[in-house]
Amino acid sequence: MGNTPRKYALVGLVLAMAAGAAGTAVAEEKKDWGAYKVGDKRSGYTYAAPETRAMQDDNFQNPAMLWAEAGEELWNKVDGEAGKSCASCHKTPDSMKGVAVSYPKYVAAKKGLENLEQRINRCRTENMKAKEWKYESKELLGMTVFVRHQSLGMPVNVKVDGEYAPFFEKGKAFYNQRRGQLDMACKHCHEDFAGTQIRANLLSQGQGNGFPLYRLKWSGVGSLHRRFRGCNKQVRSTPYGYGSDEYLALELYVMWRGQGLPIETPAVRN
Amino acid sequence: MTETQLTLSRRQALKGASAFALTLMAAGLLAPGAHADAAAVDEAIKKLVKGTPTEGKIKLDLPQIAENGNTVPVAFEVDSPMSEGDYVKSVHLFAEGNPTPSVASFHFTPQSGLARASTRMRMAGTQNVVVVAEMSNGKVYMAKQQVKVTIGGCGG
Amino acid sequence: MSNIKPRVRIPKSAKKGEVVEIKTLIEHKMETGQRKDKQGNKIPRKIVNRFECKFNGKLVLASDWHPAVSANPYLAFHFRAEDSGEFEFRWVEDGGAEFTKKAKLTVS
Repeated sequence: MGNTPRKYALVGLVLAMAAGAAGTAVAEEKKDWGAYKVGDKRSGYTYAAPETRAMQDDNFQNPAMLWAEAGEELWNKVDGEAGKSCASCHKTPDSMKGVAVSYPKYVAAKKGLENLEQRINRCRTENMKAKEWKYESKELLGMTVFVRHQSLGMPVNVKVDGEYAPFFEKGKAFYNQRRGQLDMACKHCHEDFAGTQIRANLLSQGQGNGFPLYRLKWSGVGSLHRRFRGCNKQVRSTPYGYGSDEYLALELYVMWRGQGLPIETPAVRN
Repeated sequence: MTETQLTLSRRQALKGASAFALTLMAAGLLAPGAHADAAAVDEAIKKLVKGTPTEGKIKLDLPQIAENGNTVPVAFEVDSPMSEGDYVKSVHLFAEGNPTPSVASFHFTPQSGLARASTRMRMAGTQNVVVVAEMSNGKVYMAKQQVKVTIGGCGG
Repeated sequence: MSNIKPRVRIPKSAKKGEVVEIKTLIEHKMETGQRKDKQGNKIPRKIVNRFECKFNGKLVLASDWHPAVSANPYLAFHFRAEDSGEFEFRWVEDGGAEFTKKAKLTVS
């Protein structure tokens, strides 16, 4: 009897070693991820290498903060014929606190969804009488990062009922629809095989709570739609456009999958 | 000022060397994707420091496995009092498997207080990282560590 | 070019003799000269090749960088505080463009 705990410890050790040999996924599962794990929902943070997490944890080391700073500067910059800046109406950036958690949002005038990038651009064209910023431009990424960063740590809380319902269903269908030469759906990697390895990479749940984020592969900051396009290309299907209705619906569904996860913008990922 | 100019000309020499390698590559004499190796690193070390490196004094902080070769955190610390009479002059960082071996050089002064630096480097694949430290007394130390760079499954 | 803004983090104050950490970050593609564009033309090398940190005009640390330094270069190093004064940080790009930043340190 006295031997039993030791025996278990030994078995445990062997199992841990086997897990270690198979990859880091299983070993990491046991960690206490704090706010980065809500029920079964796990932020991409929990799949990232320790060095990558360290880069996100230190605001200074996080290269995406260069984009956030660019956004902060633009916040106060007067642009367009109305002679306004963001600050003219919204005053201080903390007025943006909590705003990011509910995007994408339904806009009656558009009879459709609008994400934060598009909301920023609508503010520019309607209120500032300024030109739209291009998707993935330093300006639009910077401002989106800066606005979302004001909600850092707040749980994602998108609406999916009422007028949102048809868009949610459309996004869900997209998520589960096989596509491309590889005939794969989003769900195959990010639902069925999350936590396992695709070659040397650990598959995450594909959560959207950290976007726009700094990706090591990009050596820069990119939007969720850029990531969608990358994923779609990866299964050899034709990507949809930035801000397209398809991706807006997908954005809603993806954000809903991560309902409750904290806003991490700007996150750092592989 | 002379210090700066010396460093500049050294760098230009290295630049010249890599330009030459590119010419060779263009001429098909070197396979594209050719990279440095241990010998090329030895050569680069000889160009930069006098004396034969011995092991010791250097602590490396590198991941064993890097998630992405674009951005591999690297830090080192050289054991030294960093006084006027005894300090670390320069530390050179090399990668054996990159297109060119040199990554960066760090020139310290006694005012540095600590011969430590951390930065991020690009690695073309699994390879050894070599760090060479030149002390003010002319001694040269070296440390080496392998970093495995994972091959992505999902480009995106 | 002029919109490249370096970031520097130093402590506001330090005790005499204290060794403090300095962190720096600059936005830069660090174009290696090894890549090709979509038309197959080589993208010319453009990197930040030199970094210097001076305190009250005296060199604290200099660093030479090659294309293997990652995009958006990060460098952290140390400094022994003896007197109050001003840091001057300087990044030099291929072609000679310079980016600078200053920061004050009070030593008690």
